[in-house]
Amino acid sequence: MSASRAVPAPGVAPRATAPRLRQFAAAAVWWVLSIGIVVAIWEITAALGLINTIILPPPHKFVAEIQDQSQFLMPQPGVSAIPLHFAVFTAIGASLRRVLVGLVLGSLAALITGSLAFYLRIFRNLTFPTITMLAPIAPAAWIPLAILAFGMGDGAAIFVVFVGIYFTLTLATLNNMNNVDQVYVNTARVLGASRRQIMWLVVFPAILPNLFVVLRMNFFAAWMGVLAAEMVGVRTGLGAVVVMGRQMMNMNLTFLGMAIIGLVGYLLDVGLGLLQKRVLWWRSAARV
Amino acid sequence: MGEIVCANVTKIWGVGTAREVEALQDVSISVRHGEFLVVIGPSGCGKSTLLMLLAGLEMPTGGAITYKGTPINGPDADRSLIFQQPSLFPWRSTIDNVAFGLQLRGIGKKERRRQADQFLRQVGLREFAHKHPHELSGGMQQRAAIARALCLGADVLLMDEPFAALDVQTRFHMQSFLLDIWQGSGKTVVFVTHHIDEAVYLADRVVIFTARPGRLLDSVSIDMARPRNVISPDFERYRALFVERLRSEVTKAFQEQELAEMLDTRIK
Repeated sequence: MSASRAVPAPGVAPRATAPRLRQFAAAAVWWVLSIGIVVAIWEITAALGLINTIILPPPHKFVAEIQDQSQFLMPQPGVSAIPLHFAVFTAIGASLRRVLVGLVLGSLAALITGSLAFYLRIFRNLTFPTITMLAPIAPAAWIPLAILAFGMGDGAAIFVVFVGIYFTLTLATLNNMNNVDQVYVNTARVLGASRRQIMWLVVFPAILPNLFVVLRMNFFAAWMGVLAAEMVGVRTGLGAVVVMGRQMMNMNLTFLGMAIIGLVGYLLDVGLGLLQKRVLWWRSAARV
Repeated sequence: MGEIVCANVTKIWGVGTAREVEALQDVSISVRHGEFLVVIGPSGCGKSTLLMLLAGLEMPTGGAITYKGTPINGPDADRSLIFQQPSLFPWRSTIDNVAFGLQLRGIGKKERRRQADQFLRQVGLREFAHKHPHELSGGMQQRAAIARALCLGADVLLMDEPFAALDVQTRFHMQSFLLDIWQGSGKTVVFVTHHIDEAVYLADRVVIFTARPGRLLDSVSIDMARPRNVISPDFERYRALFVERLRSEVTKAFQEQELAEMLDTRIK
């Protein structure tokens, strides 16, 4: 009797987490298999001499390249390796800093512009035709202008991310504000909310999850914009590493750069996804 | 003299546009302090419009509405409107939803939560204080919405088919719950429904609206002791009366709708 009672109590917690763990394990297995198959084919064909390993170095070779730290600093003239400093992080850090600063500036500017357009009809009528025209221009297409205007530094790269986010997010802000469920606004009005309180306590929280989805969808375009800018003009960061590899005819470096770009981009998206789930979860909940 | 007085109120939506619709026509109603008034009528008869006007969310096109003798010219927490759709903010916990109105008045977090907690207890949702709306059933959400209105000390509850989306059992439960809250509180209730049983069960007085444009067709006081027995002959008598009065109006509303649809397809 005591045994049968004792079983369920400690079983509660593991039972809840076990399926999640199993799901995670299953997903991990598929990941390893999927990437493993590509790597295996690549390695085997390289070992058999079926592909040119100078142009397509096998993964074990280009991953090993990560130890040669000084070449990551090559793109930027005048920078020397600091002893015990893992230089690959310098390149990752440069790209990340640009994309994050651009995202934050672009989002804030879009929220402000969108809100102004929501409240001031004249402002909306004056600005929105232009914004609608500029929104479809790919971030990468802004690079030449960015480099001319800001020079070959962080400014140009940040600008590319900024334009990649700003126009689309401005349109999305106004659109979502217009579509806030009227019952929320009316509820707030009935309870005595001022226009300002409605804006801060109802409209913003109601649209933030949707805007975050838009932000996430545009994030990849922005990330690619930064890398493209780093390839053609801005001389540091992951994009510059890839180009540097080609210029030195060191395809190991190019492929390593590509691998890191893929991994970092993926991790960033996972991070944004987690943020969405933890902090801005109510969109999915509201639709159930 | 009534607490809420509508004098010859007319409301036309979309004045000056092609989609001009007369929702209310020459409606005069007087609601006594502490009265439980139920409004019934065919769908689209302007019942919800009337509540929007009483809440101050919309202004009448013609006529005047006064509350305690002064014209209504905007929303006021004294007159709270409860919607049919779930209106709790999904990003706030139950207690913070109930405390929302207090927050608007600038009351600190600790104090407003303390006050909200008392009303949560009154509506039996204390254990759900820190749950979010999607974790609550439809009936619980409506109880929280009522608590949110009570929390600001609303004297008038305007209710727009608040229980229409609930299943039958929950609906019965919510009706007695509402009567418990109302009885002895001195609060005035204006309750819109298309459900005749609900009207007879709840109301001191029932007003019937015509099909669009909504006009006042009849006003009937329900002379039955509470709690009311829904299978008594008296209840049956009132039900039959309302069914009969409404039937012709509903037919009219249908015919008008069919005519409109016919015209619509012709134009296309």
